[in-house]
Amino acid sequence: MKDFLAELIEIPGGSGYEEQAAELIAKEFSRLCDQVHTDSFYNVYGIKRGSVSLESGERPKVMLAAHMDEIALMVKDIDEKGFLRFTSIGGVDQRILLAQEVTVHGREKLYGIVSTVPPHLQDAGEAQKVIKMKDMCIDVGLPPDRVKKLVRVGDLITFRSPLATMQGSMVNGKSIDDRASVVMLAEVMRELDRLQYAAEVYCVATVQEEVGTRGAVISTYKVQPDIGIAIDVTHGETPDAPKEDTYAMDKGIAICKGPNMHPGLTEKLIETAREYGIEYQISVAPGPTGTDARSMQISRSGVPTILLELPLRYMHTTVETLNLDHIKSGARLLALFIASLKEGWQEWLKY
Amino acid sequence: MKELLVRLTGIYGPSGREEAVRQAIRQEIEGFVDEITEDVMGNLIAVKKSSNPDAKKVMLAAHMDQIGLIVTNIDENGFLRFSNVGGVSPFNVLHRRVVFQNGVTGAVSYETELDDMKKLKLDKMYIDIGARSREEAGKHVQIGDAAVYHAPMAQSGDRYFGCAMDDRAGCAVLVETIRSVKESPNELIFVFTVQEEVGLRGAKTSAYTINPDIGISVDVTLTGDTPKSRPMAVNLGDGPAVKVKDASVICHPKVKDLMIQRAEEAGIPYQLEVLEYGGTDSGAIHLSREGVPSGVISIPCRYVHSAHEMVDRNDLENAVKLLTCILEKEIV
Amino acid sequence: MAEVLRRLTEASGVSGNEKEVREIILELAAETGAEVSVDRIGNVIARKKGRKGSKKVMVAAHMDEIGFIISSISENGMLKFKVVGGIDQRILLSKRVLIGKNRVPGIIGVKAIHLQEPKERNTVINQKQMYIDIGARSREEAQKLVQIGDYACFDSTFVRFGDNKVKAKALDDRVGCAILLELLKENYDIDLIACFTVQEEIGLRGAQVAAWHVEPDMAVVVEGTTCADIPDVPEHMHTTRMGKGPAISFMDRTSIVHPELFKQMVETAEKHSIPYQIKENVSGGNDAGSIHKSRGGVPAVVVSVPCRYIHSPSSMMDMNDYNNTIRLMKEFLKGCETQ
Repeated sequence: MKDFLAELIEIPGGSGYEEQAAELIAKEFSRLCDQVHTDSFYNVYGIKRGSVSLESGERPKVMLAAHMDEIALMVKDIDEKGFLRFTSIGGVDQRILLAQEVTVHGREKLYGIVSTVPPHLQDAGEAQKVIKMKDMCIDVGLPPDRVKKLVRVGDLITFRSPLATMQGSMVNGKSIDDRASVVMLAEVMRELDRLQYAAEVYCVATVQEEVGTRGAVISTYKVQPDIGIAIDVTHGETPDAPKEDTYAMDKGIAICKGPNMHPGLTEKLIETAREYGIEYQISVAPGPTGTDARSMQISRSGVPTILLELPLRYMHTTVETLNLDHIKSGARLLALFIASLKEGWQEWLKY
Repeated sequence: MKELLVRLTGIYGPSGREEAVRQAIRQEIEGFVDEITEDVMGNLIAVKKSSNPDAKKVMLAAHMDQIGLIVTNIDENGFLRFSNVGGVSPFNVLHRRVVFQNGVTGAVSYETELDDMKKLKLDKMYIDIGARSREEAGKHVQIGDAAVYHAPMAQSGDRYFGCAMDDRAGCAVLVETIRSVKESPNELIFVFTVQEEVGLRGAKTSAYTINPDIGISVDVTLTGDTPKSRPMAVNLGDGPAVKVKDASVICHPKVKDLMIQRAEEAGIPYQLEVLEYGGTDSGAIHLSREGVPSGVISIPCRYVHSAHEMVDRNDLENAVKLLTCILEKEIV
Repeated sequence: MAEVLRRLTEASGVSGNEKEVREIILELAAETGAEVSVDRIGNVIARKKGRKGSKKVMVAAHMDEIGFIISSISENGMLKFKVVGGIDQRILLSKRVLIGKNRVPGIIGVKAIHLQEPKERNTVINQKQMYIDIGARSREEAQKLVQIGDYACFDSTFVRFGDNKVKAKALDDRVGCAILLELLKENYDIDLIACFTVQEEIGLRGAQVAAWHVEPDMAVVVEGTTCADIPDVPEHMHTTRMGKGPAISFMDRTSIVHPELFKQMVETAEKHSIPYQIKENVSGGNDAGSIHKSRGGVPAVVVSVPCRYIHSPSSMMDMNDYNNTIRLMKEFLKGCETQ
């Protein structure tokens, strides 16, 4: 599991440019499920069909979604000295960018550094001011003519920050939002193999979540599930953040409540967690969430949707920090929940 | 091209009131396509069929609507209060001449007791049509009527400027493309869309109905070549821009690459565009149903949403050439 | 008729938690003889087959209201909350609320003026600093009554006062729901599909789903809308005026009303001498925003009852406007028969 996460987060996959990530995910999924399909936008669908048959003949179609895209940068302009100006894809905190190491995906992969001005040249008080992204540039260490040959406006730039192990089961790295949940999809498949279940399960690694849950819009439309389950990250506890908006790093996955989530199904999920003694926390979202659940719920005639969230520290940085145990326990919870969909599952969807 | 652009930019057509534009475009393309229809939203849909049994359905979109000012109240002295239809900046409309559908013109001004122009907002502004009373004004204009800039197109060398280049320039490019495409292995569905300026609405519904394999929209984009402008690597006159992304769409890499490839094969100048704000019809098209790989060809345009949007003749002509090259060959 | 309005407005129905409202509507809609169902996002769909049935007309009103959701419980038993939908944080202080399905009473407290520094008295308190007090002494005690994720609504009763005026919470849009229930009592040539939608206040979400599966030929949205004909608001910002009849919209931030339907609505009012007004503002949005963009497009029009002080616990409406909106809607639907 850790190996797959380590391999996956190193693959560049800024929103809209997920082809390589999709390839690796499809390869991993194909080992674990009955059928794998990748659509023209590189959403990857791993399909598993349960062997339990229901008397009514109507097996539930369950779609799980976790997004594979990551926040990234993009070349906006190249100046006459060969420095690159850039914009962001997805919400990047500009304050974390200084001195980051990046890869520029030009005609070749180029190593680059986000520039900084040395303190020696700064006026007093300058260090109190935030440097804006538009005033930063990326240095690829090549002469301007070489840069112009290798790099074009619109080329993707990704961060370099491979998986690092911390104390206990904590790890950090880039794009753990939301590749950790993609890894969880694979774990759900493994867990399902140990269970008897009736559902037809679509594990979908979605694209373009960071720019507006776009992959979920089209993939949910395609799958037409009876039940939608989104897996994403939420904020882990840190000393500088309000307690009521963050979740413990060691108390289990968060089950989200709010209008975006089906109340009955959410209760069933909580019951499942209680029944099997799986630790969980409750998170709250007062409106449409910023996750794939947002668009799953209102696809076509409506999809009863639930949302699970992995507590993650330092979201949208290069050192996103996660407790690996949560992937395991979350996957187990989801598999058990899916297996609990038996005769009369339609009743669960009622209001 | 110039005459076509003069005709199209001179027509009244704020979002939701595109009838006159629709009629004019219909006349321009009649005889060059196999079928013309209008849908319930008012989109104009023109189809060029293909003899190829495996033809891909390509949807091309340019929006007919323009930004405008919509009357919300008429005061007792006959002044019209208004709100925006689409992205209208108070500074762009201040002291401009505007015109209503029935030809009534007015001047836009503001409550001069306002001491700080930074605080200028549309609700502190009004349209003066010269009426002396509510009754007199009411004879010419009703609440709910919309006005647009009154700014006939002008020319200076290769540059054309006037209102509604956004997106009549795109409409003109599509009209010329319709006339220039000879034989295509693809089924071409040209959609002149409504209500783009208020949220890509016409493109959303027409894309659903058409259910295309590929989507391409043609719209204007900003430039970064004016004094102290917001930096952007697009220049007026350096060729049509192949969009990489904007706030509404990340163009499908394969569609984008195909556009670049066709431009390079044919030696057509082009630029690459990364737009940090704003969106266009492809934003709605690419999310239709199970997803439609989409791209955008942009016309560089200075002073977008002002009364004097400026485009370059060469960019327009090269956009037609590029589109024609794309459409006359197989699409990925 | 006022009894229905009382029941509907006093029920709790914060976006995502429309259950109480839904149950009242299910009961009352069934009494009209309509065929009633609940869809997969919680919308109530009530169908009345037409005598001719050539045309499907969707009428929509939303069941949900703005409110709160409990996000954490502090050690001393106070509840932190998040706001559902658009609320001006300045109206929250010193209001009563009802929490969860057992309607646990609570208050949004603020320390007494005596305890405030002079400067504080002119400072707005951020909603994030507010809390709900249910009188519990500890987290354990509070948890017996309230769970994280429970919804809360304003505690506000239905009051008749003044000159045929009413005060209630959630007139936006229980008034629309009440009107739809009235419309269902009659028979029409067209197929009438009344959709009582969920989650309007957080992005027109229920209506998007309803419009998708109903696939109407046209739609009318019935709303309770802004009415700012009060002192210190310039005349051109009044939007609507109380007592001047139903307000017909030509545009808002989520849709441009179909010009033909707009005309038809105005002509209906004039033909039957029903007072009406044109809504003089284009801000805000409503379910028509989702409905008109459904599938290949649906012509839609919006009719509203002017309501002062909406999105507060004390909204106000003129019963004459309410009754005239019902009249207008009935005539309009009958007029649809001939098309």
